[in-house]
Amino acid sequence: MVDIDKNQCKGCELCIINCKFEALVRGTERNSKGYIVPAYIADKCTSCKMCEFICPDLAITVIKENEL
Amino acid sequence: MGASINTKAVVIQGNEASAEGALLAGCTFFAGYPITPATEIAEVMAERMPKVGGIFIQMEDELASINSLIGAAWGGHKALTATSGPGYSLMQEGIGYAAVTETPCVIINVMRGGPSTGQPTMTSQQDVYQAKYGSHGDYEPIVLVPSSAQEALDLTIRAFNLSEKYLVPVTVLTDEVVGHTRERVVIPESPEIYNRVPPPEGEEYLPFRGEEKLGGVPYRANFGEGHNICVDGQLHDEIGMRVGHMVAPSAQLVKRIMAKINDNIDDISDYELYHTDDAEVVVLAYGSTARVALRSVLDARKDGIKAGLIKLKTLFPFPDAMIRNETRSATRVIVPECNAGKICNEVQRVVSVQVESMPKFGGAMHVPSEIFEAIKRS
Amino acid sequence: MNPLGKKYLRKEALPTIFCPGCGHGTVLNSTLRMLDKVGLENFLFVSGIGCSSWLPVFIKADVLHTLHGRAVAVATGLKLVQPDKKVMVFNGDGDNMAIGGNHFIHAARRNIDITVVMLNNYIYGMTGGQASPGTPLNSKTKTSPYGSHEKPFDAVKLAIGAGATFVARETSASPIKITRTLEKAVNHRGFSFVEIMSQCPTQAGRNIYGKSAPSDIFRILRDSAVSKKDTELLQGQFRTGIFHLDEETPVYSQKIEVAAS
Repeated sequence: MVDIDKNQCKGCELCIINCKFEALVRGTERNSKGYIVPAYIADKCTSCKMCEFICPDLAITVIKENEL
Repeated sequence: MGASINTKAVVIQGNEASAEGALLAGCTFFAGYPITPATEIAEVMAERMPKVGGIFIQMEDELASINSLIGAAWGGHKALTATSGPGYSLMQEGIGYAAVTETPCVIINVMRGGPSTGQPTMTSQQDVYQAKYGSHGDYEPIVLVPSSAQEALDLTIRAFNLSEKYLVPVTVLTDEVVGHTRERVVIPESPEIYNRVPPPEGEEYLPFRGEEKLGGVPYRANFGEGHNICVDGQLHDEIGMRVGHMVAPSAQLVKRIMAKINDNIDDISDYELYHTDDAEVVVLAYGSTARVALRSVLDARKDGIKAGLIKLKTLFPFPDAMIRNETRSATRVIVPECNAGKICNEVQRVVSVQVESMPKFGGAMHVPSEIFEAIKRS
Repeated sequence: MNPLGKKYLRKEALPTIFCPGCGHGTVLNSTLRMLDKVGLENFLFVSGIGCSSWLPVFIKADVLHTLHGRAVAVATGLKLVQPDKKVMVFNGDGDNMAIGGNHFIHAARRNIDITVVMLNNYIYGMTGGQASPGTPLNSKTKTSPYGSHEKPFDAVKLAIGAGATFVARETSASPIKITRTLEKAVNHRGFSFVEIMSQCPTQAGRNIYGKSAPSDIFRILRDSAVSKKDTELLQGQFRTGIFHLDEETPVYSQKIEVAAS
């Protein structure tokens, strides 16, 4: 599961282009700073953590299934 | 720690005496670059630092030297560098950084003729303004001016003490004459040493908050002690976070770092007075010129002239009140100096009578008779 | 915020000054993973001036944010008096190779046991996009509007030539490689240099590439990096990996036999 800290996000979309599984797409919600936050598609996610690692704002936390 | 010379008095040159003073003060880090006429200080420290468990490193230039001092100081050590005019110019950005981050360190500038490459082997007192104003921005350094090899030792110890007490870069401004003259120096056995004050345990530590108890100076913890200190050259608040984009806290920091020096001038100021009580002609001098001036003043007194001498040992912060007081009976104030006339302007700012400047060019020094003649002139 | 960020970032310093999509942010993220493994309490940080130099300020540790180009000299002094700590420098292509070039090559020559991480975004970002010693030839920048006339440094070759004993290059497109390489670099005894090519969508993007979307500049960077040794390089590409590892050359040391007198 991918948790996106909405108000840390700057809408750079690096997570979107780095997700091999298309589990992150451009969203429709804007955060308090006006950035468009990505939308998460749980079904496609494999918890590979690439989004967590690439995010320049450390806004993403990947929680593996067995940690929930 | 301490002098390796076990006798009480020795005959050494001022440069060696400066190094001895640094060792007595507890200096354990020296970084420098060779430059005439200061190189002997580095050479003595190269030999003595390892013997006291300290570090000596010859850096690639003076920029690297002053900057490595900053690292060593935050690492908890008393750090020293030594240079002359051209190197001192290069160190100014580092000195400004030390001033705004309140980094204790000592810089010895053995003045030589300038400007630029100038006169590498000749004396001068030309860098006096640079010692106070050399870096950009508003700040308040401390500048000491020894006039003999003995004072080179004593004032270098004092420089370290003031640097630790006020968390400020201190310049010891000697000159080629003081640096290279060999004379009798008494090595003190256990001089009084001052160390930066660590924060009290159990309380929240704000690394850049001026403490009333310490005269506006912060407590000082070092790196590696778990305080997670952020040191920044940009104007910062009490926890080190940048405030350069905000007027009030920026002003607050600059005012505090200047006030911690200016408000404590009585503690920092150091001078000697000779016959100023009833003096009608007062000579104000510093550094090697002060020795010449003393001879002239004593000769004038023998001749029945009411002459007096103010010899400054702390040049900056400039002792306005003391000078005003000691020239109260004077109708003339004479300022001989080995430059185009610089401190005479400071004196003029302070006293109401006309100040007579006695500049000196070309690397020469005043001789007693010329100051004596100037005193006699009415 | 991810758990390492919550644990290791200095709250009072946030938000970071990094633009959306700045590679330096990914480097910060990757660095925290290394620090978590090696132990943050062992580190002291020094940086210069520029976007890259802000990185350690965001970490809750002892940080010396110093003058432009002087971080390596400050780090030298700090390391010599606290030899048991890992001293890590973060700086940029301008800070390390222009104004700081002299201090860089001498620290490498001395083989001082510090780690210098140079974030190369090909430009002076903080000041608005001027040419730096990392800017590719013929690039348009604010101070090379007709295209730069200068070849950039190859920082890896410069470091090896100066005597660095651990030299590596990665990019901000490879966060896992960054963490692994930084761990090797900080554990190496001697002068370690890691160049991390980092995308700057705002300044390098707009000036050099004529684009500003982070994903576009990211893709250009990712596609320039070649990790396989036997692959031929195309125009504009560079190699990544560990280029030099020397564990024979003695680390700078002041241990000498001197009788105390």
